[in-house]
Amino acid sequence: MSLDIEAEPTAVVPAAVPPKRRRRRRYSQLSRSDKIWLTLMVGVPTLNLIVFVWVPAVSTILLSFTKWDGIKLGSWRLLGFRNYWTVFTILDTKMYPALFNNVILLVWLTFMSMIGMLLAYLLDKGVRGTAVYQSIFYFPVVLSLAIVGFIWKSVMFSQAQGLFNLGRDKPIDFVGNATKLFTFHIPGLDVPLGLSKNFAAILVAVAWRHIGYVMVLYLAGLKSVDPSLREAAAIDGCKEWQSFRRVVFPVMKPINVVVFVITVIEALRAFDIIVALKEPVGTNVMGVLVKNNLVGEGGGNVGIGSTYGVILLLLCLGFIIWYLVNSFREAET
Amino acid sequence: MIGVDPTEFKRPRASSSGLTIVSRKPGYSKITRGLTYGFLSLVAVLWLIPIGGAFYASIRPYQETQVKGIFSWPKALTFQNYRDAFTQGQMSHTFLNTAFIVLPAIVLILFFSSLVAFAVSRYSWRFNLVVLLLFTAGNLLPAQVLFQPLFQMFKHIPWPNFLSDTDTGHLLGTKVAIIIVHVAFQSGFCTFVLSNYMKTIPKELGEAALVDGAGVLRQFFQIVMPLCRPALAALATLEFTWLYNDFFWAVVLLNQGDQRPITSSIANLGGQYFSNDNLIAAASMIIAMPTLAVYLAMQKHFISGLTLGASKG
Repeated sequence: MSLDIEAEPTAVVPAAVPPKRRRRRRYSQLSRSDKIWLTLMVGVPTLNLIVFVWVPAVSTILLSFTKWDGIKLGSWRLLGFRNYWTVFTILDTKMYPALFNNVILLVWLTFMSMIGMLLAYLLDKGVRGTAVYQSIFYFPVVLSLAIVGFIWKSVMFSQAQGLFNLGRDKPIDFVGNATKLFTFHIPGLDVPLGLSKNFAAILVAVAWRHIGYVMVLYLAGLKSVDPSLREAAAIDGCKEWQSFRRVVFPVMKPINVVVFVITVIEALRAFDIIVALKEPVGTNVMGVLVKNNLVGEGGGNVGIGSTYGVILLLLCLGFIIWYLVNSFREAET
Repeated sequence: MIGVDPTEFKRPRASSSGLTIVSRKPGYSKITRGLTYGFLSLVAVLWLIPIGGAFYASIRPYQETQVKGIFSWPKALTFQNYRDAFTQGQMSHTFLNTAFIVLPAIVLILFFSSLVAFAVSRYSWRFNLVVLLLFTAGNLLPAQVLFQPLFQMFKHIPWPNFLSDTDTGHLLGTKVAIIIVHVAFQSGFCTFVLSNYMKTIPKELGEAALVDGAGVLRQFFQIVMPLCRPALAALATLEFTWLYNDFFWAVVLLNQGDQRPITSSIANLGGQYFSNDNLIAAASMIIAMPTLAVYLAMQKHFISGLTLGASKG
């Protein structure tokens, strides 16, 4: 790591410093010991980050090209792209249904984000008791998804006594029901894709938590919208929906990006609620698939598990980069 | 810049008298007002049913609700479910596990991230952007991608037995391993938020201190850190709930059940074949209580922490 640290007396210099300005400031106000301290301040946490986040991430990519039981170091065998071939072709009946569940979750959460935005919009209009409504809508966010799962399972969906089974002669076992709400076949794919009742029940529980999260983000976003913009739109004769769609929504672009990225990453990372509920039939998602190939009964498939992990990573990557570009560009201006 | 094309808007219609009618603030008739309140209240009630139901179920005996359903008039109310959940779930033990993990982790996360944020935001330095990108992007990676190599690393990092109660001779299965993962993974988010926050502190403060002969360390501890208190408080409340609620790392890295923190230990209560729903509801309420308490007490910090991270990027 370089010790070339310069004190920067006036403004925060953005990433791309023009060479001229840089040359002019090439004097250092920092003493030797200060430089050493600064290097340590950055160096120790960065080393910790690299060793325990970035090295594992890269290792997973490397492991996806091998076959390994995960027990003895050095006993791996290089396979090239064979793991990828395996999971993408007929040899694997698990990935497409799991991936499809992730896609359903993503579409669902996107709609839920819109509801969160609607709630934020209504609250932002200054109804009486905003704080109370806000607290009520938001509190599920502080609960773990595992707890959310258990609350819904034991109270709402419970076969013996749940609200959803109130007054039913034949109670439905919502979280334990593999029947599909719909299925369809894709030519060339052996397994049918579809949505199981189990997963639908989980979707409902997840929405309870997601909507409040999005609502709070949009409330902050709406507060930062310059009120004169709305007034101008109203003076120009905009109807409420028009002024929202053409003025308020575009101005909130940074928040829109954050919410969208959060939604995508939540949908792809999904894990807690499914594992906490003991992985009901038909609720497999990519995150769980990774775990099941690495630990537990079906464990020991490090190569295949890592391959699923890399696919997950690739799906997230585009959105991560989009988010970074957006937020760093904004931070610089 | 606003993404609006002004020509797309209809001009205000001219009335017959030739005067322009300008609609001021978006119309707010009594009906829309009523509808708004109605809708919000309906959603609020829907939101409270699951947690209210969980509480109601938790104070009623299972034998009764099994027959009559949870949403029925009670014959007997009891806290027995809470006592049972607490003892059967060994909650005094798992709560302690959580405390041993969460509290040191939060202190370390905030310390590490403010160090990096300070250096990155107060000094111009060649690798500033790279470091910040590494931290921010690291926090966005899916945890599933990291865990197998971490599992192997911890299995091969020796760790003295007297510092752990697992006695396996390596880090895997100890609380220290979980703390390390949390610190590495979570410091990304906090570094990003704190560096944005520190950029808003005037540079002149640092210069004045420099003239007075204060070195880097003094500037950090005595000038910048005290000014960051609001951001640190917000991040501490956020991180508390996130780490307290952690399920993934506890499940995959602590396979010996007795090391598990509280949130992941609930899985032990809900057996697949036998389950007492009221007992689970009581356990859920117990586990939810600390985060709910923190949320209610520090609501402002909590929400400002979230939006601090969001609105700035």
